Amino acid sequence: MGFDTATATAWITTANAVVKEDEARLTALDAAIGDGDHGANLARGLAAAVAGIEEKRPETPGGVLVAAGRGIVAKTGGASGPLYGSALRRAGKALGDTADADATQLGAALEAMLAAIVELGAAAEGDKTMVDALTPAVQAFTALAADGAEVAAAAHAAADAAEAGLAATIPMQARKGRASYLGARSVGHEDPGAASMTLLLRALAEVTA
Amino acid sequence: MKKLINSPDTVITDALRGMAAAHPALEVDVENRVISRAGGPAQGKVGLVSGGGSGHEPLHGGYVGYGMLTAAAPGEVYTSPVPDQILLATQRADGGAGVLHIVKNYTGDVLNFRMAAELAEDEDIRVVSVVTDDDAAVEDSTFTAGRRGVGGTVMVEKIAGAAAEEGADLDAVAAIATRVNERTRSFAIALHAGTVPAAGKPGFELAENEVELGVGIHGEPGRERGAMAPLHDLVGYALDVIHADLPVEGNVLVMLNGQGATPLIELYGAFAEATAWIEGHGATVTRSLVGNYITSLDQSGFSITVTRLDDELTRLWDAPVATPALRWGR
Repeated sequence: MGFDTATATAWITTANAVVKEDEARLTALDAAIGDGDHGANLARGLAAAVAGIEEKRPETPGGVLVAAGRGIVAKTGGASGPLYGSALRRAGKALGDTADADATQLGAALEAMLAAIVELGAAAEGDKTMVDALTPAVQAFTALAADGAEVAAAAHAAADAAEAGLAATIPMQARKGRASYLGARSVGHEDPGAASMTLLLRALAEVTA
Repeated sequence: MKKLINSPDTVITDALRGMAAAHPALEVDVENRVISRAGGPAQGKVGLVSGGGSGHEPLHGGYVGYGMLTAAAPGEVYTSPVPDQILLATQRADGGAGVLHIVKNYTGDVLNFRMAAELAEDEDIRVVSVVTDDDAAVEDSTFTAGRRGVGGTVMVEKIAGAAAEEGADLDAVAAIATRVNERTRSFAIALHAGTVPAAGKPGFELAENEVELGVGIHGEPGRERGAMAPLHDLVGYALDVIHADLPVEGNVLVMLNGQGATPLIELYGAFAEATAWIEGHGATVTRSLVGNYITSLDQSGFSITVTRLDDELTRLWDAPVATPALRWGR
């Protein structure tokens, strides 16, 4: 099975459900080193993403991600709104009008997602941001896709890599976002953006399995 | 959590309905969350738009009016507004001479305002953005997202607003705003964190004998924790940090600001200490504000903002202003 319109829709719907379920945990992570609104923001954003898809009823997986991204930008605010919104829009555009993306095409879309976040947030690996979860995930996904793996196997590896990337943010000192103001005091905490990104990638693995 | 609210979901809508009822000189679009001057922008004058998370009242909606902002976009509590909302505020502020965006240096504010500025340019509204970053608590280096924009934003909005009211063009208004920002530094100390309604508990915990030094305006913790001390020492600490970053000299405007839950008796006490410190260092306090001007919900504590004045900035500060939270000369 590839990544078609139904799978793309299921990805966003599942992401909405798991973020809603983990809203309190994300907010607690953010309260420790940021300002404690990440869970509530992203839950609002993903609910808007689902509403955007229902309203537009896109006919391609790319269209689904573009509609989801637009919904997030329009309702979220904060830093996570533009970052997640632009990321999904860019991934959707990278898919073009493909009706059923294979692992290579979806890998390219995830690369476009990472590029959007790096560009907008001006963050690099090691800054203690969502980039630290997404970068190893994209690398794992595209490496498996290049070896001829199916979407499901690549997505599973990507979610595992994101989780490892998330764990690696704990000893890091933040250099971007509000956590950066804490300096050395940001060390010892999971980054909330990397945590929510990991949830999204785990949701992708779930719906493609 | 004990708060005077109907529910965490309606906090902002309820406050906007109240602003609409209390201030007929404002046009409050409750549904789209934009506060603008009733009667629309003055034609041929530069519009000023600011915005950011709610919870900092009177910033920014309370500064909409003659001589200050043309429109403001309040986001969710502690969360920046969204691009569509900022675009709408920009459209309502455009009198044909372009619009200045005054943006506090927080990642979310900067990103959403940047996206909104692009949308406005698509509609042929010229936008220039000035990012305020007056917080002396944060080291401005490649290892942070840069210094935060905090209390200095009030000074920038007032002085740039006066320049726009006089008919200065967009580039000139932006240049004044930039100059005020460069000549301004702030530092904040918190005794207790505020409580975001949706979270239901304080953003951080402090023991009875602790204070948060260099705290931001979203309850985000400061760079270090210190021991509670008499007012004299706390004010001295704050001014030492400001002075080390930008020497306090000449004629200065001082804002002694409460963070939302600090009584005026304490703020006036702090202002007395600040004045003594500044005069003791050979500078003169020629203009002042004491009260709640940029708050952090119900956080307790204070911030000090110092702007080094010159003749032009003094004149523009003294120019008439008529907004819900700042009003003189008119």
